Amino acid sequence: MLRTLSRVSELPIVVKQLQKVRNRNAGAVTNNYVVSITNNTRQQHSKLTNGSSSSTINNNNNGCNISNVNSNNNNNSKQWSTRQQQLQISYASRRSYSKSFFGLFQSAAQTGIAKTNNYATEATIEVNRPFKLHRLDEGPATTVKLTKDEALKYYTQMQTIRRLETAAGNLYKEKIIRGFCHLYSGQEACAVGMKAAMRDVDNIISAYRVHGWTYLMGVSPIGVLAELTGAQSGCARGKGGSMHMYSPNFFGGNGIVGAQVPLGAGVGLACKYKGNGGMCLALYGDGAANQGQVFEAYNMAYLWKLPVIFVCENNNYGMGTSSERASCNTDYYTRGDALPGIWVDGMDVLAVRSATEFAINYVNTHGPLVMETNTYRYSGHSMSDPGTSYRTREEIQEVRQKRDPITSFKEMCIELGLITTDEVKAIDLKVRKEVDDATAFAKTDAELAVSHLWTDVSSNNLETKIRGTVGYNLDHIQERKGVNH
Amino acid sequence: MKVSTLARGLLGAIKSSAPALTRSHFTYYPTKFSKGSGEVQKMNMFQAINNAMDLALEQDKSALLFGEDVGFGGVFRCSMNLRDKHGNDRVFNTPLCEQGIAGFAIGVANTGATAIAEIQFADYIFPSFDQIVNEAAKYRYRSGGLFDCGSLTFRVPCGAVGHGALYHSQSPEAYFAHTPGLRVVIPRGPIKAKGLLLACIRDPNPCIMFEPKTLYRAAVEEVPTASYTEELGKAEVLREGKDVTLIGWGTQIHVLLEVADLAKKQLNVDCEVIDLVSILPWDTHTVCNSASKTGRVVIAHEAPFTQGFGSELAAYIQEKCFLRLEAPVKRVTGWDTPFPHVFEPFYLPDKHRCLSAVKEIVNY
Repeated sequence: MLRTLSRVSELPIVVKQLQKVRNRNAGAVTNNYVVSITNNTRQQHSKLTNGSSSSTINNNNNGCNISNVNSNNNNNSKQWSTRQQQLQISYASRRSYSKSFFGLFQSAAQTGIAKTNNYATEATIEVNRPFKLHRLDEGPATTVKLTKDEALKYYTQMQTIRRLETAAGNLYKEKIIRGFCHLYSGQEACAVGMKAAMRDVDNIISAYRVHGWTYLMGVSPIGVLAELTGAQSGCARGKGGSMHMYSPNFFGGNGIVGAQVPLGAGVGLACKYKGNGGMCLALYGDGAANQGQVFEAYNMAYLWKLPVIFVCENNNYGMGTSSERASCNTDYYTRGDALPGIWVDGMDVLAVRSATEFAINYVNTHGPLVMETNTYRYSGHSMSDPGTSYRTREEIQEVRQKRDPITSFKEMCIELGLITTDEVKAIDLKVRKEVDDATAFAKTDAELAVSHLWTDVSSNNLETKIRGTVGYNLDHIQERKGVNH
Repeated sequence: MKVSTLARGLLGAIKSSAPALTRSHFTYYPTKFSKGSGEVQKMNMFQAINNAMDLALEQDKSALLFGEDVGFGGVFRCSMNLRDKHGNDRVFNTPLCEQGIAGFAIGVANTGATAIAEIQFADYIFPSFDQIVNEAAKYRYRSGGLFDCGSLTFRVPCGAVGHGALYHSQSPEAYFAHTPGLRVVIPRGPIKAKGLLLACIRDPNPCIMFEPKTLYRAAVEEVPTASYTEELGKAEVLREGKDVTLIGWGTQIHVLLEVADLAKKQLNVDCEVIDLVSILPWDTHTVCNSASKTGRVVIAHEAPFTQGFGSELAAYIQEKCFLRLEAPVKRVTGWDTPFPHVFEPFYLPDKHRCLSAVKEIVNY
């Protein structure tokens, strides 16, 4: 904890705590309280993993460590009040802190690694970097609430995506994944933040860096990894491979740069026509932002006031070309011209969530909006790009150390007392096991029978036979009906 | 000498994979350079293309080279070091906007300057389809001969690569063959690639060279270092035979050469193998001569069956050589399905399917 406090300037700022630190004084925590948190946590996790058998996180030892925590609290209070003053002085020009903020740090710091107790079930946090607005009078809320359940959920999701991508990268290096593979590592907070704000009626379409999104939209790690290895348990049954992953309300997965953006506008049009209150997130990168069809989509969406959020995930490099070299205007949130825009720190999951919540409300009442999430990818553009010929290793290291979306979120939650280090460890273990198991499965899972080469080419085939199959006599087969029928 | 294609050109920087993991559907048959004796150097196809562009930039000071990531070599390394050598005002990256790249190239070429534009994958060429088909191909005609964009060349990696799936494997040559005003060529190896590229760059028509991406690293030949051009619109008879004519282009040529060997060995059938080289215009003379001689023609290409370029060949041959044909012209092609992911080996017109077609046409 001492280590992390030196980096307090990088953490989101805690303005106040609603349900605040329970026990500055010994004995304030009741067993009932702890038990109720434990139950919540369990429910949350079994929901998250869709009933997967390996979902339990052990929080049973919450109660037994309370006394430990409490006794520690008093020992170092003097030292910490000095620290508190120093911090207050250094940040006094920008903001003031409530006592509870430092009380919180104090508790967390003093309990150290041994701490397993839950201090708070909800905190109020100010986003790290301010939003920038384009043609908007009011922006998203900069002060957001975060519950313990949410914290656990976002951390689990981000960590799973990171693990999935690491596994995918390794499978690729082992030549088990063939072809293409674009990793999302570094950008996790974008997807998790947006997903957190999405409702059941909302849709999303993205480009080729979608393993994480696929997982968030309900596909299991096996579904993602088996798709990458071309196996039958893949979410597209191994027929799509990398880039081509889908699930209900998630329209893909698209290998052609920028092509998904007009599709997203179309999905938005359908939402509006149906009047179901839904909207569509149309995601693209800073590279695709220069495709002409993106601007065509902006225009139509604005003209017809479609509920579409155009999200530019700006990771600073369009393949091997930095955004400055590719775009005359790198303020992607302003590039919709008449469309309002929001710039958001894409490394801060809470900022992304807040901006998306605002945007969902905005597009459903006013029309489309452009949202730029400023983020960073650690890997190269794809696996054939080492990612170091157009940027320095130091640059990547610096982002990893200072802006990593997972580390910063984890540290913040621990400081806030929303998550304990033991819970973090338990999540890490669970995620690792789940992804390792999925990896092992994806390696050995069978490919579909070869007849699937010619299934589902057309719907209601007008000809019974496939043409041009010299040496074979093959029937057209329609096997599946899409979810949209 | 056959060179086994252990080296699977895996897009850009990935080195060749181990033999056990090779899923290559062809065995590479290198070509010997036949025109005179100059200095030669061992080059693979991306090096030969690099060499050709280097010469073009050197000899033609108006020449510009651009495309996505071209500045630092491109994903296939074809333009390696050219920016350093010729300056970043002549060799540069564009944003990811294929339609813009094409339009931009047409504008450059309209002024008389030489434009060499790279579309990173043939599968990405469709946003620029309008520019190429409606602007480039018709400029001369619609301006009554006042302007053209003849000094325009598109370099476009195409074809199966073993694992490219839907959007990194297609062969869209037939779409462009439908457009009067364009030239479309496909090389089968380094020597051909260099000669064709230099010919395209100098040709006063907008040209598209589709480069089979699997050959970038897999194809190695002794390539002359000096400048030379291959004739556009000219097919090449690679092997003479009296029984069956096999026609293909690009990677498929190497499949067909192996099929000719197998047919000789297993069926005692003498195959004539023709590399069409040029899709638009295509060499009717060489093809019809061969078809009249053998009376049996098998055409093979990776693109799907319906309206693949084989359709045009078959229709033409049947019209011109009808009385000489012993059997209907046969086409062995990719199937009428999207380009599959794990099923690529079944989709491709590999040697087994081609050989079975030879068997069928001989026994017709």
